[in-house]
Amino acid sequence: MAPTPLLEVRDVSVEFATREGAVRAVSQVDLDLVTGETLAIVGESGSGKSQMLLGLLGLTARNGRVSGSARFKGEELVGAGAKRLNQIRGAEIGFVFQDPMTSLNPYLTIGRQLTEPLTVHRRVGSAAATAQAIEMLHAVHITEPERRMQQYPHQLSGGMRQRVAIAMALICRPEMLIADEPTTALDVTVQAQVLSLLREVRERFGTAVILVTHDLGVIAELADRVNVMYAGRIVETGSVDEIFYNCRHPYTQALERSIPQLDDSRLERLVAIAGNPPNPLHLPPGCAFAPRCPYRLDVCDKSVPPLEAVEAGHRKACFYEGALDRMAEPA
Amino acid sequence: MSAAPNQAVVSIPPVAAISAPAGRSLWADAMARLMQNRFAVASAILLGVIVFAAIIVPWISPYNYYTPQWALLDLPPTWHGGHIFGTDDLGRDLLVRVMWGCRISLFIGLIATIVSVVIGVLWGAAAGFVGGHVDSVMMRIVDILYSVPFIPFVIILVVMFGRDLFLIFVAIGAVSWLDIARIVRGQTLSLGNKEFIEAARASGVSGPSIVVRHLVPNLLGIVVIYATLTVPSVILFEAFLSFLGLGVQAPMTSLGVLVSDGASELQSYPYLLFIPAVFLALIVYCLNYLGDGLRDVLDPKER
Amino acid sequence: MSAPILAVRDLRVYFEIRSNEGWLSKPQTLRAVDGVTFDLLQGETLGVVGESGCGKTTMARAVLGLVPVTSGEVLFGGKDLAHLDAGEMRAQRQHLQIIFQDPLASLDPRMTLGQIIAEPLRSFFPKLTASERQAKVVEIMGHVGLLPEQINRYPHEFSGGQAQRIGIARALILRPEVVVCDEPVSALDVSIKAQILNLLSDLQERFGLSLLFIAHDLASVRHASRRVMVLYLGKVMELAPWKDIYRTPLHPYTQALIQAIPPADPKRARSNPVKPLGGELPSPISPPSGCVFRTRCQHAIERCSLEVPLLRPVGESLVACHLAEQIQAASA
Repeated sequence: MAPTPLLEVRDVSVEFATREGAVRAVSQVDLDLVTGETLAIVGESGSGKSQMLLGLLGLTARNGRVSGSARFKGEELVGAGAKRLNQIRGAEIGFVFQDPMTSLNPYLTIGRQLTEPLTVHRRVGSAAATAQAIEMLHAVHITEPERRMQQYPHQLSGGMRQRVAIAMALICRPEMLIADEPTTALDVTVQAQVLSLLREVRERFGTAVILVTHDLGVIAELADRVNVMYAGRIVETGSVDEIFYNCRHPYTQALERSIPQLDDSRLERLVAIAGNPPNPLHLPPGCAFAPRCPYRLDVCDKSVPPLEAVEAGHRKACFYEGALDRMAEPA
Repeated sequence: MSAAPNQAVVSIPPVAAISAPAGRSLWADAMARLMQNRFAVASAILLGVIVFAAIIVPWISPYNYYTPQWALLDLPPTWHGGHIFGTDDLGRDLLVRVMWGCRISLFIGLIATIVSVVIGVLWGAAAGFVGGHVDSVMMRIVDILYSVPFIPFVIILVVMFGRDLFLIFVAIGAVSWLDIARIVRGQTLSLGNKEFIEAARASGVSGPSIVVRHLVPNLLGIVVIYATLTVPSVILFEAFLSFLGLGVQAPMTSLGVLVSDGASELQSYPYLLFIPAVFLALIVYCLNYLGDGLRDVLDPKER
Repeated sequence: MSAPILAVRDLRVYFEIRSNEGWLSKPQTLRAVDGVTFDLLQGETLGVVGESGCGKTTMARAVLGLVPVTSGEVLFGGKDLAHLDAGEMRAQRQHLQIIFQDPLASLDPRMTLGQIIAEPLRSFFPKLTASERQAKVVEIMGHVGLLPEQINRYPHEFSGGQAQRIGIARALILRPEVVVCDEPVSALDVSIKAQILNLLSDLQERFGLSLLFIAHDLASVRHASRRVMVLYLGKVMELAPWKDIYRTPLHPYTQALIQAIPPADPKRARSNPVKPLGGELPSPISPPSGCVFRTRCQHAIERCSLEVPLLRPVGESLVACHLAEQIQAASA
């Protein structure tokens, strides 16, 4: 029997009304997240990954409209009242952003920022909150936690700030953590520290994680399942092994080939994806990746391919059914 | 779309044959956005109307601003019968005087602003660009001048040199360039850190050329904003001086003089105060609104 | 073996800074670059790798004279660039150019593409007519994959990848011999990185460029460089051919860098998860005595805190570690 999903997203779209017309940042996204699972969302700029997350949590900009359904523990998030969303954010869903200075207030001490969610959401007294905060700082491997409680964010290094941001996101023991490119801005050795920490946290607290990133290494390291997004749609979804060893969408394949890797056994020359990422204002009528796709068929320019099962748990949105064996760059 | 990166070098068409469409510059972008700000556009139009009237009306009016008409003292505004705004205590047509007042106030505002912008930009850009001790000294001078009390300063000037229109420019200009200098210096400092300045140095561009080719065009935006906002403060300052009796010499008038004269007749002939005051308020309001609108579209941080 | 086109000897760049505490506090010295020595060979790409605070960006700018050099030599074309006056240095800029990390920030937003690319021409060949300039601009645009019709557009109308092509065109229009690439693809989307890396390597071949390629991780330099230099806190830890750095890294820091990179391979990740390097980066104001890496090194011995290890040859590599041979033997 399949476990009940913690988060069930169905047919979510986010549309913005801009001066140049309506822009669909996210189109008809379906997503499932089970307790304790780590789901990675891969995409570049314009893929809509960040807008989708903001849309789920009621954080879309004022000129945006979210449609569809997103049930968190059975409760509908889309269109929920601001007060209820406030309660959920922070207490039941934690956030980590790319830039730790986005989550951290430069004018408040670390201690104050860590204890605030506890006193507000969990109604914990200040002494107990401080004790829990120090314990959380230990959990994220911050040395001398008592001293750090009195410090301000600018006194910490980038890596430490991100760890504090993770501590803040987890302090109320939420069941779900959303991390939007948490290691992109970090140095490689610091990234390794944060990845290792995220793995520990997952094991210790059983938190489900939605990890948004464009780094395939990070995905291989942490994810159980992967959704690949392009131009606001999910183009492939499957387990991490399926996506890496048996990917079926040309974009996924192109991404894997074009990213510089350490491994010696790869080709001398990177296989670039020609063209530019899609402009959400001017999406083509059919598949958005068609202009850059080496396997493009006529039907691809006319209609948007639906997300269909390849195998159990593995789906792709592509009309091309053959093997992905073309190495050459597109004509 | 750019061509595939490893395509062989394309055959280059002869230079004359390239039809390269002009790009959309940031100015064009900003103006397009400004047009969407209805209040700013309305202010600009209203201001245009006032300026137009200020130029045209004294020309076509049969009355002038200085000849007293002893038979027509203190007439109230009448729609028919010639004196639309009435006459003042010397029988001079108020409409013409108010229009002349607008002329002079706007003229002073414009000239004094130009002077203070030129001084302020040169001072601020030099301080910001050279940096170091020179910058410190220059900005300390600005700080000292800020602390000089304006009114006693102007009174001393007037006592020493008499009530000369030119002197009023000097006095106002000497005081208004300080704000612009500070703002331009700040902007120069933040521009100086931008990579495209470093790129220009790496391309072998000399110091003065960097200032002219890169700094100045990027400073223009902020200068335009603050110039537009300086004009109303200059006008108000002149009005204040005139109110104190230190402004333009009679029979020449400015809005400040008119307001001052009108204030003394407030009990009996209120229109002598209200009409010039309304014009003064409108001009100042429109300029402020326009300046604010410009700031919304041109301020680099807003982008 | 090609001859070195650029030789850097014991380059040091120190900054005087005032700390935040106290009004009359003593100024402290920030050692951004602390004795870097290397050769850039003609026609090669030398990768420079290091994390925040290692000094790679400062070093790149010091080599180009964009940042004042405290001591050391930068030898190019028979001259020491570090000790030229401003006018002489400007004359040399024709031969040494730079490509910046953030493409849009390095382009003046008020100038058109044509004006931006033509600017170096105006500095060094002021006698060219406008149409001669335009012809050269269009030519280099073709080399980097920009279309002639785009010549009147403004930087903000371009995507990140296209903007970086503009930066590359500007850097190459004078046909320099040496080009410093300061993290040229870090700010670009993943699918565009490969395009630009391929472009750079094509242009290097076509124009015989020598590239100093700066990156913050080893994977980015893998496809670009033949030799790689690893920096830490302003000093060179290791300088070796790429294959040696990856297969048999000799310096503990290089090893840590390699182990920290998560491979894009889930099975490997499960069996061999990333090993983070412990400790924190020391402050460049008061670096550790002796070997600057010793505070985070699992092999550190007493000698490491007393004596600064010199960069010395071990096999085909240059390593700054007292224990390089032992570590090499242990891993063999």
